[in-house]
Amino acid sequence: MNTSVQIAGVEFKNPVMTASGTFGSGMEYVGLMDITRLGALITKGVALTPWEGNPTPRVAETSSGMLNAIGLQNPGIDVFCERDLKFLEGKDTKVIVNVCGKTEEEYVGVVERLADEKRVDMLEINVSCPNVKEGAIAFGQNSKALFSITEKVVKAAKQPVIMKLSPNVTDITEMAKASEAAGADAISLINTITGMKIDVERKRFVLANKTGGLSGPAIKPVAVRMVYQCAQAVNIPIIGMGGIATAEDALEFILAGATAVAVGMMNFHDPAASVKVIDGIEAYMKRHGIDDINSLRGVVS
Amino acid sequence: MKTEIAKIISNRPITGGIYDMWIKTTIAKEARCGQFIGVYPKDGSRLLQRPISICRISDDKESLRIVYRVAGKGTDEISSFKADEDITILGPCGNGFDPDVLKIGQTALLLGGGIGLPPMLQLGYELKNKCLDFKYVLGYRDSDTFMLDEYEECAGAGNVIIATDDGSKGVKGTVIDAINANGLKADVIYACGPMPMLRAVKQTSEQMGATAFISLEERMACGVGACLGCVCKTTKKDDHSKVNNARVCVEGPVFRAEDVQI
Ligand SMILES: Cc1cc2nc3c(=O)[nH]c(=O)nc-3n(C[C@H](O)[C@H](O)[C@H](O)COP(=O)(O)OP(=O)(O)OC[C@H]3O[C@@H](n4cnc5c(N)ncnc54)[C@H](O)[C@@H]3O)c2cc1C
Ligand SMILES: Cc1cc2nc3c(=O)[nH]c(=O)nc-3n(C[C@H](O)[C@H](O)[C@H](O)COP(=O)(O)O)c2cc1C
Ligand code: FES
Repeated sequence: MNTSVQIAGVEFKNPVMTASGTFGSGMEYVGLMDITRLGALITKGVALTPWEGNPTPRVAETSSGMLNAIGLQNPGIDVFCERDLKFLEGKDTKVIVNVCGKTEEEYVGVVERLADEKRVDMLEINVSCPNVKEGAIAFGQNSKALFSITEKVVKAAKQPVIMKLSPNVTDITEMAKASEAAGADAISLINTITGMKIDVERKRFVLANKTGGLSGPAIKPVAVRMVYQCAQAVNIPIIGMGGIATAEDALEFILAGATAVAVGMMNFHDPAASVKVIDGIEAYMKRHGIDDINSLRGVVS
Repeated sequence: MKTEIAKIISNRPITGGIYDMWIKTTIAKEARCGQFIGVYPKDGSRLLQRPISICRISDDKESLRIVYRVAGKGTDEISSFKADEDITILGPCGNGFDPDVLKIGQTALLLGGGIGLPPMLQLGYELKNKCLDFKYVLGYRDSDTFMLDEYEECAGAGNVIIATDDGSKGVKGTVIDAINANGLKADVIYACGPMPMLRAVKQTSEQMGATAFISLEERMACGVGACLGCVCKTTKKDDHSKVNNARVCVEGPVFRAEDVQI
């Protein structure tokens, strides 16, 4: 039975990853699960310099999901390389580094800094960051800005580039096409959906930032729909995510056209959620007499 | 730290809206006073753990006790769990109180306000077992002084001072009012309670020249240090974040008062 998949020449032992920002760099989960079971680990977004993030409260629970407004707190690329990448040294799983920035130059700076880091197998570019030069509209909400940043990052990068798409757009396929046209090796989706929660007793916003990104099982149908639409629109591989809790959820994404999947918020509900998804996919393949996971991709169309 | 499907030994109300639960769990072996566990609701619409402080660790280190207030839907659901039922918990989380800061010949004050009282019980027993000198100062809303007998049993009745908001028992006012009214002094202060109380503790400890350790609360998602949801502002750049943010679930919940901006 083959569970391995390939994206841009990188081979993953199985299609299951942990989503950026929900798994730290794996260090935090030592003893709680075996990270070497993962197809890949996608690290928390990292920028050129340390970012403080937003004031608290930064998280709020919602029905079968949660809102977060962490604000991309991160220690900066230097500490990340010395500490987090060092921790991942010798661990038998692929490493995808999630990159953020407020200008194109910052993204390119991080990507260049990572060029010679052997531990980095791929880059995932988080374009949900506010573009400070273009009035703080996220890079991922305008197809021209997305094309431009993709082109620059791809040019600077030594590792294959995944563009991580925001669902907060009218037509996600436009963003997928812009990424593909600009030379991205793959796309991942969805990032969180912008939401809001109000405390009616205190008559105020629950999050200090007022709005936050919704994730968890509540967003899964939206995510599956968007992955399906993108699979129809582009030829580059897709990493699907958004509310995956079980192997069946992961298989929905694969059947809709994803090459790989990522488990996000559900890591908070159960640190072993990703491992259970891996085991469940194998059980499903046995049950259905499927020899190769790749034969399931996009069969529902 | 681990997640475990543990067994509930008992779960009963001790006063209006406050429950007392004993759980049989191997997490008890690693647990220290002032640490907390994450309790997962079973209702699939509520996916995040509820952080609850460890109130007692049994002497055989096989079970843990938590005392919690029904504050919303999650804790309401948890209050309906029955003895012998399974319960999924994460822990032990956080750093806890360090009883070894206190030296022979020194005195400690253990301050608890409202639902911040329970974690002070285990700390009291650890200080007592080391024959260290301490007093409890406990803040209640009114004459419903839940668990008071247990603090008296731990420290001796003469070493438990209480304050009530409405003045129905003890000193009228806050734990700080009770400290002042009794002219209490200490070398070390340990405190858990609402934020206004902790701010006052920080100030009082500075005036007293005491080292204060305060237990903070923040909204949490992961409970293991991964999501960066639960940060508090620190006075120094901390080593992990490289900005002035420490994670309450890992570097806390207990901080030296001087190290945090509250
Ligand atoms: C380190 C720590 C130790 C704690 N120890 C105790 C204890 O020993 N006894 C006790 O009664 N309570 C304790 N609390 C508070 C307890 O976690 C909340 O009352 C509880 O999470 C409320 O959940 P709910 O679903 O009933 O409320 P809801 O308001 O419905 O919860 C919604 C969400 O907000 C979170 N939340 C709500 N209030 C708080 C709060 N005060 N702190 C953190 N998260 C909150 C919940 O976890 C949940 O994710 C502690 C909190 C922390 C951070
Ligand atoms: C607390 C938290 C932090 C996140 N941080 C990042 C991040 O740094 N970069 C990024 O591209 N996505 C980030 N995400 C988005 C997730 O990677 C994922 O796309 C999204 O949560 C949907 O998947 P899920 O429903 O399985 O969580 C974050 C999500 C959460 C819940
Ligand atoms: S709750 Fe996630 S870092 Fe503390």
